[in-house]
Amino acid sequence: MPSDHGDVAVVGAGPAGLAAAVTAADAGLDVLLVDAADAPGGQYYRAPAPGLGAIRPEALHHGWSTFTALTARLARHRDAGRLRHLTGHQVWAATRTGDDRVLHALTGPDGREGVTLRARRLVLATGAVERQLPFPGWTLPGVVGAAGAQAMLKSGLVLPGRRVVVAGSGPLLQAVALTLARAGAQVPALVEAAGYRAYGRAPLILAANPDRLAEGARHRAGLARFGVRMLTHRAVTAVHGTQRVEGVTVSRLDRAWRPVPGTGRRIDCDALAVGHGLVPQLDLALGLGCATRTDADGSAVLRLDEDLRTTVPGVWAAGETGGIGGVRLALAEGESAALSVIADARGGRAPARVAALRRHRRRMRGFAALMGAVHRPGPGWPEWLAPDTEVCRCEEVTAGAIRTAVDELGAGDSRTAKLLTRAGMGWCQGRTCGFAVRTLAGPAADTPPDRRPLACPVPLSTLARAVRSEDA
Amino acid sequence: MRRVRRRDPARTPAALAGAEPGPGFEFTFDGHPVRALPGQSIAAALWAASVLSWRTTRVGSRPRGAFCGIGSCFECLAMVNGRPNLRACLLPARPGDAVTTQEGNGHAV
Amino acid sequence: MFTRQPLDVVVVGAGVVGAACAYYATRSGLSVAVVDGGPVAGGTTGAGEGNLLVSDKPPGPELDLALLSASLWRELSEVLPRAVEYEQKGGLVVAADGASLATLTATAAGQSASGVRTTAVAPDELPDLEPHLAPGLTGGVLYPEDAQVQPALAAAHLIRAARDAGASPHLGEPVTAVLTGPTGAVRGVRTPAGDLLAPAVVNATGVGGGEFAALAGVELPVLPRRGFVLVTEPLPPLIRHKVYAAEYVADVSSASAALQTSPVVEGTPAGPVLIGASRERVGFDRTLSVPVISRLADAAAALFPVLGSARVMRAYHGFRPYLPDHLPAIGPDRRVSGLFHACGHEGAGIGLAPATAALVTAAIRGEQPPLDAEPFRPDRFGAGTGQQPRQHPARPTRQEPR
Repeated sequence: MPSDHGDVAVVGAGPAGLAAAVTAADAGLDVLLVDAADAPGGQYYRAPAPGLGAIRPEALHHGWSTFTALTARLARHRDAGRLRHLTGHQVWAATRTGDDRVLHALTGPDGREGVTLRARRLVLATGAVERQLPFPGWTLPGVVGAAGAQAMLKSGLVLPGRRVVVAGSGPLLQAVALTLARAGAQVPALVEAAGYRAYGRAPLILAANPDRLAEGARHRAGLARFGVRMLTHRAVTAVHGTQRVEGVTVSRLDRAWRPVPGTGRRIDCDALAVGHGLVPQLDLALGLGCATRTDADGSAVLRLDEDLRTTVPGVWAAGETGGIGGVRLALAEGESAALSVIADARGGRAPARVAALRRHRRRMRGFAALMGAVHRPGPGWPEWLAPDTEVCRCEEVTAGAIRTAVDELGAGDSRTAKLLTRAGMGWCQGRTCGFAVRTLAGPAADTPPDRRPLACPVPLSTLARAVRSEDA
Repeated sequence: MRRVRRRDPARTPAALAGAEPGPGFEFTFDGHPVRALPGQSIAAALWAASVLSWRTTRVGSRPRGAFCGIGSCFECLAMVNGRPNLRACLLPARPGDAVTTQEGNGHAV
Repeated sequence: MFTRQPLDVVVVGAGVVGAACAYYATRSGLSVAVVDGGPVAGGTTGAGEGNLLVSDKPPGPELDLALLSASLWRELSEVLPRAVEYEQKGGLVVAADGASLATLTATAAGQSASGVRTTAVAPDELPDLEPHLAPGLTGGVLYPEDAQVQPALAAAHLIRAARDAGASPHLGEPVTAVLTGPTGAVRGVRTPAGDLLAPAVVNATGVGGGEFAALAGVELPVLPRRGFVLVTEPLPPLIRHKVYAAEYVADVSSASAALQTSPVVEGTPAGPVLIGASRERVGFDRTLSVPVISRLADAAAALFPVLGSARVMRAYHGFRPYLPDHLPAIGPDRRVSGLFHACGHEGAGIGLAPATAALVTAAIRGEQPPLDAEPFRPDRFGAGTGQQPRQHPARPTRQEPR
């Protein structure tokens, strides 16, 4: 029976973490799969709560059978005692002690119980959160994250409104708009800040990824069927309403994403679902000292080798942490990382599968880089901000305050902008505004990513007991 | 001619997922009864009741509710049974819960 | 490469000490540039809690410097915008047992003889000062002169005020060389953007002070001493003073490399409570130490049980610039003409910044300093031949402490 000490601990039970955990257990390793949610799947395979009695969860997802196959393997390994799936465990820090990788987690009914877990090897599959760019009115109730609207729909079977505009950038928006429409929302428009034609400039990458082409075609056909208007090179530049959303103004953007004056058109709606792609969650990896690089979409991602090793010995990463790439890439990387962990634990020759997965990964990473470059926010997007637009939602810090700190007080990077304005200092610790604050603070390309040694808030009394559990 | 499917009253999230939920229950939001289905988060139940905000901000006293939907942005902080700063998008609703609009930092001064 | 017009002083470092040097030198009529490879407050200043303390210094030269600085901060608080969050909230040092109280009382008597205002606080008076303090403490001493400031904003506004008075900030311009003339005297610094020529160069590079001294051809044994700070969720005003345990004073002046933690707790205007203070010499190790932050949490909850239910939103670390005898290096370096130092303040840089700047400004102008600067002589550690054993600063030297 695996104990709190495993051959390998996998953090995150989304596609990458699940694939890694079951692959490692296939080879007989003792596996700890640690996840904050009560059920496996992560954000991508998020399913309605059991009490909702959904008999067709597959209607909310694409590729559901892949997931059910993984969860079947998970159950087998769990029942056979090769794998421990620790649900409801939110890891707040990962550290190294001697040969062990140590996870510190919160659990219990109210999340106040501290747990320390140890393993020789660690696979980080901590996924991503949605990237947000602020705009005037985005704090009004009824403006929600696009991924957030999808998550609430998948888990709680609810919609933010009856008539929902979907806006931002990236292929996720199409999936969100389609799911919302199929669930009964009227979606008058999908507003995309980039254009899709840019994909056409990389025909070789497209040809190598026919599944992604097919997916795009399927989405567009679905959206047409539901009468969703596709507006490209446009962005929401104002939200109307006082207590909640009553409509939005959509403006045309130039190549640099600057709004073109006089092009604003109002669309009535009672909710807006908005997002600009995803950003990896790197808190645990950065706390361990893993090195990063800047990806094609402008975000910091982990620096990984072909076997998914980070720059820290004994620590692997898979899925979105190495760059946003989608579910198929995450599944392949999870498996690759596990095969490398197995080789590390057992020695011996790499199976033929490793070479195939590497090719597979290179091909899909090619598409991910294209996607990142197409939807990377244009340098002119800050021009749609008004001086009183809140950039940091937690601390209510405006664009004007950040610009003053930069122009008048010498805040040349995002850390100093934060220190001088409190942007990013609130409950979410800059997870929502980090990308925007970095852009506003200046062009410093080599700015290291935001470090959050605590990956989530930790009750002081729990933290106080952590040292005692460490000694135990 | 493009075939346009208008919003069909029968088309709902529950219908899409073929949900046959267990019996619903009530909790209160600022004293008013709100229906919830088993397993729904407090935020989901409030959305279903067309409530989009349940917190006012510390500085500007502005209304806020769920935003990221996955527990990352902390915009949906709520006061539940007198305990402040709980993430409504993660917390399952329970029968009889008293959810109140959280003001400021949620702590009594 | 072009050469900018000559200046009187180049201050290297845009932390709070460099900012204060730029401000005081400019105000004295000197033509000043302040240069830094990073932004304002990019180093230890940005990691500081903003303590302006007299209470944690035993009688001696550092206490004299702190007393001067406390009065200068009071003056500055009238000049700088309210945004710097200056607050003379007072410090309350508490003792948990009789021995600790006896030591504290003796220290306070000595401080009082040196001109510090102190008030003994009986156990039954503690709740009036701090209603949420743990019961059972044996007593304390109140230091009304202790104050707090938001350090990054203080540095930024000092530089802005210096700029408004004529100083030129050069941020994002790393100094790559210290320029010297045929006699070996300093004549300026080089940056990728050009040369800044001046007969006086001030080393206000904080924890980089040793590295910068080496650029100028001298040794200054500045070492990093890591500290963690915990930041809670925003809370209503629970804690009125800067409150810390009597053991803190002993930890501050200890020369040990081993981990020390003693609770230091204070509220902030924005709501979060800040919890320090740990000290350990582990080089520039930037990884999280769970045992250290756990001990801080434990000690803070022991002092203020009400904090036990609060959530810690953030933990961060900083590197205090530490010199072997716990005194900063302030004033001219007799080994290199024109080189001045203003660094090595350990954890007291925010508090000691104005007095340091006043001393450096007087030295540059050849005027009588406001107090005896001899104990802070930068060349007191030897003739530059490396008498002090030197830790390599770029390499973590210790595993996670247990």
